Amino acid sequence: MQPGNDPRVRELKFRDPERARRLTAALRQAAEDIGRPASVMHVCGSHEQAIARFGLRAAFPTSLNVIMGPGCPVCITDVPEVDEGVALALQGVRIATYGDMLKVPGTVKSLASAQAEGARIDIVYSVAQAVQLARSVSEEVCFFATGFETTAVATAAEILAGPPENFSVLSAHKYIPPVMEIVAEMPENKVEGFLAAGHAASITGWGVFEPFAARHGLPVVVAGFEPLDILAALVKLVELVRDGSPGVVNMFPRCVTKEGNLPAQETLWKVFRPLGGRWRGIAHVPNGNLRLRDEFAHLDARRRFRIDLARFWDYAPAGLAQQCICGDIMAGINSPTGCALYGKQCTPENPVGACMVSTEGTCRIWHQYGGVPNLREVKA
Amino acid sequence: MNPLLGERVALKHGAGGRAMRMLIESIFVEGLAAEVDGVGLAAMDDGAALRVGEQWLILTTDSHVVHPRFFPGGDIGRLSISGTVNDLAMMGATEPLGLTCAVVLEEGFPFSELERIRDSMKAAAAEAGARVVTGDTKVMRKGEVDGIVLNTTGVALTGTLVRDCDLRPGDRIIVSGSIGDHGFAVLAARHGLDLQGDLRSDVAPVNGVVRLALRAGGVVALKDPTRGGLASTLHELAAKSGVGILLEEGAIPIHGEVRAASELLGIDPLHVANEGKAVIGVRPESAEKVLGAIREHPLGRESAIVGTCLDDWKGKVILDTGFGKRLVAEIEGEPMPRIC
Repeated sequence: MQPGNDPRVRELKFRDPERARRLTAALRQAAEDIGRPASVMHVCGSHEQAIARFGLRAAFPTSLNVIMGPGCPVCITDVPEVDEGVALALQGVRIATYGDMLKVPGTVKSLASAQAEGARIDIVYSVAQAVQLARSVSEEVCFFATGFETTAVATAAEILAGPPENFSVLSAHKYIPPVMEIVAEMPENKVEGFLAAGHAASITGWGVFEPFAARHGLPVVVAGFEPLDILAALVKLVELVRDGSPGVVNMFPRCVTKEGNLPAQETLWKVFRPLGGRWRGIAHVPNGNLRLRDEFAHLDARRRFRIDLARFWDYAPAGLAQQCICGDIMAGINSPTGCALYGKQCTPENPVGACMVSTEGTCRIWHQYGGVPNLREVKA
Repeated sequence: MNPLLGERVALKHGAGGRAMRMLIESIFVEGLAAEVDGVGLAAMDDGAALRVGEQWLILTTDSHVVHPRFFPGGDIGRLSISGTVNDLAMMGATEPLGLTCAVVLEEGFPFSELERIRDSMKAAAAEAGARVVTGDTKVMRKGEVDGIVLNTTGVALTGTLVRDCDLRPGDRIIVSGSIGDHGFAVLAARHGLDLQGDLRSDVAPVNGVVRLALRAGGVVALKDPTRGGLASTLHELAAKSGVGILLEEGAIPIHGEVRAASELLGIDPLHVANEGKAVIGVRPESAEKVLGAIREHPLGRESAIVGTCLDDWKGKVILDTGFGKRLVAEIEGEPMPRIC
């Protein structure tokens, strides 16, 4: 049996290499029309995974630079936020969190090292599982919540559903639209257009990007995650760059509407309020953090516990961490191969920077797929 | 000692990838490898080849532990026979003279389970035309070993030796059937993943398939893509032969249920173990003939030509996805289902 003949595979109509070839040709044409190198940015680890997995960079025109921006929620969780989780854990609060968070370095410790010292850390796949855990034990269980608006909605829904008294939330949730403003304003990265993440846009709606596109005079194209989704969205984006035509185009209409998922938005904003804060390695992002509203203060770990961060204050970051350029990579100013630590001192087994920890991190993805050598000319 | 190895043995050192190769190279090859007339430890091939008159005596050994011991499509008994028969075949020796069976058991191990394991060893040996001719038994106190460890050693004679290092640019790569079945069947059973569909291990002796391939002629490399999967196997062949390998993703036979499970779990089918497959390197002019020959065998029906050896990109494996191209990286340790 050839895999192409398997009916279950044929159903994946977003994986048709023939259509991919036509889109690639259109992409090449649009990039050629621009007549100079151009950079566009996507802001999603799942986009980078798909680009790497399907080897799309070998099909991109050489004059087009597709950069991964701050699209990995684990990577942009700031050091003091990790410290808060570590401190709580060392104070004896049981922490439930996503597995990706374990190895993210804080000032001196990660959750994994706290665990090695005896702290109770439980890996969960969802906030619902954390609530379930709290129901099954009598001790305090704190859900260390990371992720963008997509996962924040799930956290909000559990909070509204009334979790048990021994449950609390340490929110490190982030909100994507404000950081796009920051990155768009960085003079160094020369980004001329954005691919917006389809799953986040299914919550917020594509309308949320309209003021942004107008303010910066940039095109934004909402993209799905199959290879044809990404190629088709890139063709559209590069055409808009070529035509100097700002605005928002939705190339993921099978999931995304202009107004988005209204009940989800209602849930999100009922529980969270936007607050300015640092994104690791990038900048202070106004309204970039999602924090619990006052009505839910009783569930907010920051208000329920006295989190003692003083114990970390005497430590300077480790020598290697000072060489880490994760921030520049996420801002689109540099790439993993521009980092002296990448693949040498910094590996998924022993990460120095957060981008090497998460399966959504640029460094981790590049490392997983053996870097990004130029494979355009390889022929049998 | 190699400082990259670290202080202590970790699970990744047994997972079939780079870490395991580093352990073998820096601990055992470094200290134990002796000069032999033939293929010895230093070659890190599927087995050893020792000259006996005009022929080669092939010798190979394998210890088996698997969780769970019984999984869809097989069990540790079938695995222990198939693994060793296949390692012999990958050296070009398709007619095993005899196998040994050494078993280490934990106190309290149920005899009923041991009998089931024995019966499936017997069935697999019959399929392979092999016989168990001697053995050894040890029992450890409870907790000192996890249930059962099975070791089998095999010997066979062959007139022609097939190595890992003889691929040339232009040679074609054939896989004898679908990829990823064993790895995903065991993964699903081990982690209690309630996946629908028929995920079944491919564990089987493939000496019959290899016999047909050798008879057709033009075979220059053989390897079974066990731990570390097709990715590790091709890396090893590419590195030892000093060629690059360009792989056509669309040509690799992968069952629909494996493909679905791999998408769901975020694990590449190229990175998981196969226990009933052969990767066959052939001269370009013989590729179709070998393919035709092995498709006559029940275990070779889904075989396909999946790749070509390149002059450059030495030691690298490149995947043409149909959408673009990327490198296939070797896996470091055991593949784990993704967290979120």
